[in-house]
Amino acid sequence: MANKIIEINFDTGWDLAPAPESTSHIQLKEQYELFIGGKWIKPESGKYFDTINPATEEKIAKVAEGNEKDVDKAVKAARKAYNEVWSKMPANERGKYIYRIARLMQEKARELAVIESIDGGKPIRESRDVDIPLAAAHFFYYAGWADKLDYAFPNRKPQSLGVAGQITPWNFPLLMAAWKIAPALATGNTVVLKPAETTPLTALKLAEIIQESGLPDGVVNIVTGAGATGAAVVNHKDVDKIAFTGSTGVGKIIQNAVVGTNKKTTLELGGKAANIIFEDAALDQAVEGIINGIYFNQGHVCCAGSRLFVQESVYDIVLRKLKDRMESLIVGNPLDKNTDIGAINSKEQLTTINNYLKIGKQEGADMYQSNCNVPKKGFWCKPTLFTNVSQSNKIVQEEIFGPVLAVQTFRTVSEVIEKANNTPYGLSAGVWTDKGSKLFNMTSQMRAGIIWGNTYNKFDPTSPFGGYKESGFGREGGLHGLKAYLKFD
Amino acid sequence: MRLEVLKTYKIYIGGKFPRTESGRYYTPKIKNEGLGNICLSSRKDFRNAVVAARGAFGAWSGATAYNKSQVLYRIAEMLEGRKAQFIAELIQQGSSKSQAEKEVAVSVDRIIYYAGWCDKYTQIFSAVNPVASSHFNFTSPEPTGVVSIITPEDTSLIGLVSSIIPVIVSGNTCVVLASESKPLCAVTFAEVLNSSDVPGGVVNILTGNTKELLSHMASHMDVNAFLYARGIAKEQTEIQKNAVENLKRVVVRDFSDVYSSSHENPYYIEDFVEMKTTWHPIEVIGAAGSGY
Repeated sequence: MANKIIEINFDTGWDLAPAPESTSHIQLKEQYELFIGGKWIKPESGKYFDTINPATEEKIAKVAEGNEKDVDKAVKAARKAYNEVWSKMPANERGKYIYRIARLMQEKARELAVIESIDGGKPIRESRDVDIPLAAAHFFYYAGWADKLDYAFPNRKPQSLGVAGQITPWNFPLLMAAWKIAPALATGNTVVLKPAETTPLTALKLAEIIQESGLPDGVVNIVTGAGATGAAVVNHKDVDKIAFTGSTGVGKIIQNAVVGTNKKTTLELGGKAANIIFEDAALDQAVEGIINGIYFNQGHVCCAGSRLFVQESVYDIVLRKLKDRMESLIVGNPLDKNTDIGAINSKEQLTTINNYLKIGKQEGADMYQSNCNVPKKGFWCKPTLFTNVSQSNKIVQEEIFGPVLAVQTFRTVSEVIEKANNTPYGLSAGVWTDKGSKLFNMTSQMRAGIIWGNTYNKFDPTSPFGGYKESGFGREGGLHGLKAYLKFD
Repeated sequence: MRLEVLKTYKIYIGGKFPRTESGRYYTPKIKNEGLGNICLSSRKDFRNAVVAARGAFGAWSGATAYNKSQVLYRIAEMLEGRKAQFIAELIQQGSSKSQAEKEVAVSVDRIIYYAGWCDKYTQIFSAVNPVASSHFNFTSPEPTGVVSIITPEDTSLIGLVSSIIPVIVSGNTCVVLASESKPLCAVTFAEVLNSSDVPGGVVNILTGNTKELLSHMASHMDVNAFLYARGIAKEQTEIQKNAVENLKRVVVRDFSDVYSSSHENPYYIEDFVEMKTTWHPIEVIGAAGSGY
């Protein structure tokens, strides 16, 4: 007779005392202008939009909405800086500016972390320990490449492209700005960056850091706004390069927009990653990996392990452990150091997620959510998983971008390879097994750009990131990330 | 009028600043003017320094590349902040003001250049090897170990920096013999290292007589490699001969053009690494290939 699998009772009658991170040391303005040519400039339209704290729905600041004319000014400033200063500067001096930016970010790391959590809803533990240190590390890493490009591409005479138009998403606002700006500057390009409309603040703080660093005016320009502002960047005739991170839908619009131009493009788009647990895996670690894979940053992660595949023989025990672990997750105030899952980034995204929860149930899957309390105000979604799903279900095929996991089972290696690859996406995958030879078999069989073996959601400036298939093309990070910003003889 | 306080020049072993255990000194002269009573380091000092370098090797070679990069950058920051002192010492040792300024500036920038390589040189020199069997096979560099360095004689700072820094990028530790006639910057550079988060023992700096120490630096059985920077045929031969017993890797490098950017390249890092190849089986179950 099979052993009964016992549910763990976490009810101790004790609650953790609140451990909120202080906000007293952060400096925010009430209103932010556009950062063009090294100066803060009012938007042509005179329009501003509010950026709010998704955990409280309170307004944090007013932010300028850039239109086509503003983008044109920014591109002109970037072109001027490229022609007159940046492309002529010795490469090692260029690198020294980037090092300065990295150091200033390190010095202001805690302030940036708090602002990131307020503006985007992510737990302070994540912004403090992941987003901000990694963003600074990215600048540090690429600073060093500035005068070493000939070693990365021997016999190719690497040259800068000119002006790079960059559009970043709301899930890792400062980190994505770093992924875009650092390699662009290191390779000698100038930049017009359009940050996501719901999370513009850390990019604007970065603009202040850039001013403080003494970087020549116009080398980095930051134009805030929504989709139309981004479209103006993409469509501007004097932009040589488009780098976009966001949804596959918008990625296709951008690829279409550059048709007939010579704009070099990198697209880092959506994903629906398989996280595969074999019966010989260290199951407790695997369960941590599942949790980290899907609930990290509220599941607002393009490489989130949103499709879980568990080998049938360990399905019951993995599911029990997984549900137990979900019960222990603390959902709430992003600024509390105990918080595991923060606020959903926006009302709009919460609606999207809730819609998928409805669809999942309608399609006949079984939904399970943890029994945690969520605050009354703000946007929240309890950690969720669906069982009894099939490959064709929408919640298995489409990217939800929320804390929602779809669980399937498998028996054989060939079966799980087939199932895992059966998606239009190909950004990442996770494999959990105690057997190295099986792991490397799986990594060679997965049609995805990043494969994590017995770990998940690991990022490093030295490690290239990017997808296969409809998860986009081009790589960011590492030596390979340089190529996206260079042309060759 | 205030009486100037003179500096006692010391050597640098295991993160500490002793005088030589031998108690001896020498007084190098520039235009008949003594620079100071400099430690005349002994064989015993050298052996102590090797113990310190070996002791530091585990932690330094095991530090993350990012960490090493930050530490090297910190050296540059500290050196920049003490520019004035180095310029003064270079002038004291016979440089003109403009020469001295240039020597310090190039030294700072060169450290930054190599700081950037810490987390990059493995990406240049590593390979995934497509072996004709079902194995994942990759080769990547690791630091060689403890390196003896004899720095250029004719410069006080730039030659010292240019010989030490590429050696420690990958995680090696070293024992350095400074310029005999221009030793001041070596002693002061040790103070920079000491305040730069460089773990004690990673760089050990001795002053003294080359003839006396050369054969010991080359023959010590716990030293893995040698960087010789002086281009004297007789000394080179002696090093090469003494290196045989434990198969030291001997690198003889020309420093006559030390200001040229030819001294900024990753191959100077690669000179002091070992290439490690790892084989790992790949299971072939379900390897018919996915069609997607």
